[in-house]
Amino acid sequence: MSEEQIMSLEKYFEERIARDEKIEPKDWMPEKYRQTHIRQMSQHAHSEVVGMLPEGNWITRAPSLRRKVALLAKVQDEAGHGLYLYSATETLGVSREELYEQLHTGKAKYSSIFNYPTLTWADIGAIGWLVDGAAIINQVPLCNTSYGPYARAMIRVCKEESFHQRQGYEIMIKLANGTPEQKEMAQDALNRWWWPSLMMLGPTDDKSVHTEQSMKWKLKRKTNDELRQQFIDQTVPQADLIGLKIPDPDLKWNEERGSYDFGGIDWDEFWQVVKGHGPMNKERMKARVGAWERGAWVRDAAMAYAEKKEKRKQAV
Amino acid sequence: MKEHLYNYILGIADNSLILGQRMGELCGHGPSLETDIACTNISLDLFGQVRSYFQYAAKLAGDGRTEDDIAMLRKEREYVNVLLAEQPNTNFAYTIGRQFLFDIYHLLYLTELQKSKDLTLSAIAKKCIKEVSYHVRFSSDWVKRLGDGTEESKQKMQEAVDDLWVYTDELFHQTEADKVMITEEVGVDVTKLKEEYYTRVSEILEEAGLNIPESKWFQKGGKQGIHTEHLGYLLADLQYMQRTYPNMEW
Repeated sequence: MSEEQIMSLEKYFEERIARDEKIEPKDWMPEKYRQTHIRQMSQHAHSEVVGMLPEGNWITRAPSLRRKVALLAKVQDEAGHGLYLYSATETLGVSREELYEQLHTGKAKYSSIFNYPTLTWADIGAIGWLVDGAAIINQVPLCNTSYGPYARAMIRVCKEESFHQRQGYEIMIKLANGTPEQKEMAQDALNRWWWPSLMMLGPTDDKSVHTEQSMKWKLKRKTNDELRQQFIDQTVPQADLIGLKIPDPDLKWNEERGSYDFGGIDWDEFWQVVKGHGPMNKERMKARVGAWERGAWVRDAAMAYAEKKEKRKQAV
Repeated sequence: MKEHLYNYILGIADNSLILGQRMGELCGHGPSLETDIACTNISLDLFGQVRSYFQYAAKLAGDGRTEDDIAMLRKEREYVNVLLAEQPNTNFAYTIGRQFLFDIYHLLYLTELQKSKDLTLSAIAKKCIKEVSYHVRFSSDWVKRLGDGTEESKQKMQEAVDDLWVYTDELFHQTEADKVMITEEVGVDVTKLKEEYYTRVSEILEEAGLNIPESKWFQKGGKQGIHTEHLGYLLADLQYMQRTYPNMEW
């Protein structure tokens, strides 16, 4: 293809996106669009799958049968999200094995929040309330993103995530209205998860390298700082309502802006975790790689069996 | 309180409780995302069943005990699940082997329980049977895949079946509660399921190219609360919150 032809294809492509048309797997797309989507979508899929670990950590110890069933269902939903996000990513011409390889070798990232440990039952509530809450804020705009398979996957993901968020908040309500021990457990979880949750919305706008291009392709509709503000404004009243205190001495309602002012985020901690040195980075990867390696003989067996079955069918 | 009926329900529900707990341990650690989802789903089904049984048992007890008290606040010797259910997830072949050897029994059992004169039990059985039919399909398919897959998988699956086989006979032992409930046409006579069970199990094992263990030595005791050493650890996890934070709502 000549350079001129490519230029005109690109122009047509950008016009389609500007008209809010969906780009489908068989449509022509610039290589950078493909790569950016592979990166973001697989990162999202990896986050779902790695995210199963901190919550799965409490399945065997859930405090009641009702909570256990709800947590199992939630973690199962996350596995399901992982599955269809991987499938959606595969439509861009990359295999699931390649994507796993990228995760296991540390080439691909996943949401840093899952590198924090779940120490008490209240952490399960805090994850649902804060982490899923921040995830929804990040993800709702993606239901209208330009790449069709991603947008469609996100519609389903977001429905389930908002259910998880309510479920998490409900755990917190119960704790906050419970015994002093339970309330203390809830406050402690909020103290530990608050700042990492704010970091989930990404680096500040001046440090975010992908924002401009992502805005153009509708992979992003608002900047990181706007999303963070939205999250804070939405979450502070929820904490107030159940009598928990946001662990930020600088948090204050700003009448003029109609928003909360908040204290500085420890970006050194953020980059430390992103670069692989958070409290649980190594354990999370060990768990994923371990499961994958321990399961190799099982996957080989399934493959061998399928081939034998196919051969027998042909022989008949 | 209808003590025999209460004990009879524990006998059914504890199997689902302990097996569900074992399957729940695997969440996030399975050999593939698809098997992870399936194992979590089986765990979810089993705990759903447990809730139906224990809610009924709590009603019968009528002394303020809840489903969670019954599930999480008994002592080790008071759990009456079969030994098979508590065996650990040594590897995926053991997980599948345990599930398969239980599922075949479970389906036969529920098919009979549907005819119970106790309408609650019969209704629970009818609901569970749909789920358990899926469990049978899942675990049987995997026994075939692993048995007839590679040399390595065949050897692992055979080892698991051989090791778990000693726990199968206990499934067909009658308890005191069983005997009373059978005369009242509420309970299932498990001794009558034995022949069909071994026929079905053998069919699948043969199809998978696996040997049917010939051992005539079996283990028992679970139904009397005499367990393997594995159960204590499982209960430590299961009961952790209820024991550490007594009398609280979650």
